Amino acid sequence: MEFLSDIASLINSTLRISTPLVFAAMAGIFAERSGVIDFSLEGKMLMAAFVAAVGSYYLGNPWLGLLLAIIVCVCLSMLHGFASVTHKGDQVVSCVAINILIIGLTTALAAAWFGQAGLTPTLNEEQRFLEIHLPFADSVRDIPIIGTLYSDILSGHYVFVYLAYLSVPIVFWIVFKTSFGLRLRAVGENPSAVDTAGINVFAMRYKALAVNGVLIAFAGAHLSTAVNANFFREMSAGRGYLALAAMIFGKWHPKTALIACLLFGFTDALQIRLQGVELPAIGEIPVQLIQALPYILTVVLLAGFVGKAIAPNAIGQPYIKER
Amino acid sequence: MVSPILELTDVNKSFGHVQANKNINLKINKGTIHGIIGENGAGKSTLMSIVFGLYQANSGSIKINGKEINLRSPRDSIINGIGMVHQHFMLVENFTVLENIILGFEGETVFGEKLQKAKEDLEKLCQTYNFNIDLDATISDLSVGFRQRVEILKSLYRGAEILILDEPTGVLTPQEVDELFKILRSLKDEGKTIVLITHKLIEIMDLTSEVSVMRQGEMVGHTKTEDTSKEQLAEMMVGRSVLLRVDKKEIKKGETVFKVNNLSVKDDLDVTRVKDVNLEICSGEILGIAGVTGNGQTELLEALSGIRKVESGSIELFGEKISDQNNFLNPRMLKEKGLAHVPEDRQRMGLISDFKAHENLIFGYHDQEPYSKSAILNNKEITEYSNKVMQEYDVRPNSPNLITSNFSGGNQQKIILSRELNENPKVLLVGQPTRGVDIGAIEFIHQRLIDMRDKGAAILLASVELDEILSLSDRIIVMFDGKIVGEKENKNVTDRELGLLMAGVA
Repeated sequence: MEFLSDIASLINSTLRISTPLVFAAMAGIFAERSGVIDFSLEGKMLMAAFVAAVGSYYLGNPWLGLLLAIIVCVCLSMLHGFASVTHKGDQVVSCVAINILIIGLTTALAAAWFGQAGLTPTLNEEQRFLEIHLPFADSVRDIPIIGTLYSDILSGHYVFVYLAYLSVPIVFWIVFKTSFGLRLRAVGENPSAVDTAGINVFAMRYKALAVNGVLIAFAGAHLSTAVNANFFREMSAGRGYLALAAMIFGKWHPKTALIACLLFGFTDALQIRLQGVELPAIGEIPVQLIQALPYILTVVLLAGFVGKAIAPNAIGQPYIKER
Repeated sequence: MVSPILELTDVNKSFGHVQANKNINLKINKGTIHGIIGENGAGKSTLMSIVFGLYQANSGSIKINGKEINLRSPRDSIINGIGMVHQHFMLVENFTVLENIILGFEGETVFGEKLQKAKEDLEKLCQTYNFNIDLDATISDLSVGFRQRVEILKSLYRGAEILILDEPTGVLTPQEVDELFKILRSLKDEGKTIVLITHKLIEIMDLTSEVSVMRQGEMVGHTKTEDTSKEQLAEMMVGRSVLLRVDKKEIKKGETVFKVNNLSVKDDLDVTRVKDVNLEICSGEILGIAGVTGNGQTELLEALSGIRKVESGSIELFGEKISDQNNFLNPRMLKEKGLAHVPEDRQRMGLISDFKAHENLIFGYHDQEPYSKSAILNNKEITEYSNKVMQEYDVRPNSPNLITSNFSGGNQQKIILSRELNENPKVLLVGQPTRGVDIGAIEFIHQRLIDMRDKGAAILLASVELDEILSLSDRIIVMFDGKIVGEKENKNVTDRELGLLMAGVA
């Protein structure tokens, strides 16, 4: 019984920890499928976390905080587009610039507004998202298996957790079953083909980046207004990069990217569990080593362990129409 | 008098300082096949890209059926019944045929009914024109000829009345060309108008009823095809009379100098591209390698010139083994043994485009006297030599200090040739010597290769231009899928025979 509840809580935290990764990976799919590299997921997630926390604090409603975060992230995506799509700048450089800008900006703004470098005030219950308890969660808990599944795994998550997993089939549907998706995939593979089909390549890439901005905002808001009750310095902690790795590992496909995100989430959940636990024959594993687990996994997976990842053909290349 | 289906008046277009089109006037009549001929860089493709809405003209007007229209994007052109098959196909390789065709004209936000309808319509179109295309096939699995059909089908589906084809035969075998011309003729009979952009005179004479000639961005003449001849068109294209045939002396074949035994070579993706190839070249002969692009010619030349590792087999020069799977001589060592190489891809391997002409003219010999002494370049000597050799090879403009990328393709090729031929190599490997080169320069380059042969060099010539192979070679081998599938003495062999071999049929 103890073992079963251990497993349940491990799955529960895997779902929670994977949530920002899933949003970010889906955001990445939109940008990269359109041919624009998005390294700035990390920076945008951090910015979203900051804006959501500050917005909720002043406006008293986390949904308004989320809305503000969406607006700001879409603007940042447009900035990336302006540099790398319109002005054909190097996409990686543009992303790195955004990431560095945001680390400094969030710290400085927090210091200016709240007097603490990189820290926003704690949000009260009204100002943040709370865990959602599904109906009858308490009454069915004692039914074996199903009760555990429903009450301990499915119930009791923040709204973002549900939205993240809902977003995956929606993204899949958009990318593969709509004309927007067809154009999106085409523009990342062969922009000339899209241009000669009478579609504006630049407009397509901007649209993809706008969707990217919306999705990444959810990841940030989840961090600062749901699992935490404030923003703190560099709280995204590399999740944007991890999500990017998951997306590549998932071959730019929503389903496989989801699996990769869950795998990263699981190793993270596991490392929290394993801290301080004595393993037979090995003894206690140093905390630092355990914490490095998800990152080691990233390197191993991307080093070709799962076969060659084939990127969209035109990724990273600005579209130049006239020679 | 019916107004022409397409009429251009005083169209101008420049890219930066380069004026690609100057005051172009053109009338194309409905239901005709109209040829536009000109050398590379004459502005044909630019002009047609303007008609297709891809580029915008700086000035001038475009009328369709007598009505002036403003073409701001390809969408405007497509709506006005203009379709274009580009030289480099505009297809998404990992999409299906159907996806490529409906792209941009899906007609619905979420795929459903319209997709089904499109499929039915396309199947009917395929039947009408006997296209034999599987709509669910992925583009990357299709041959070049089929990809071209997909492009034509795409234009027809989008309602093209005027179909522009930009150099459509460059990548096709003679049989595929026949098929294409059949399709184009049947389209004409249906009342469609075809515009054929080409630099091949024979195609113009074969297919078109009217022809317009472009030279250096200008329209220099319009005529009915029946009123003109190849020679006359060539003269209009180049601006002077051109010799279309190569004069070749009787072969004086010497001993075998270059020998390749059971050679296999892999490409960068670890795919075997050259499979068990055997060949011999004697001094004083030109051995031509015919074949459709991508059948191993590139890798073969790279292996022979010491750029690519040999997987198995060996290469001998004057009876001495120079390369096998264990060790191979690098290009520099091969050069010292009398082997010269004019690479296929002149931009990437033949030249450093950002260097000045005189630097490229001596590159590879720059550390030898008289060009340098004790590791210091002798600029006076280099400039003198460059002036001399550029005159000899008729490189225009004759300015050694000009950046190489500012020369035309033909003149860049002359720079490479002069460098490689200057040391009187005993073996010369040449890949696509006249790709993207204008007629005037082709004449010159061919003559130089013949001169080398007559002086006793062994020449290996790889080209996708069958005419070139046929007019220069003494002996011809055909490559298909990495293997040599045929060898012929160049006597009474026809392009049809070679075409069948190239397609892997015979």
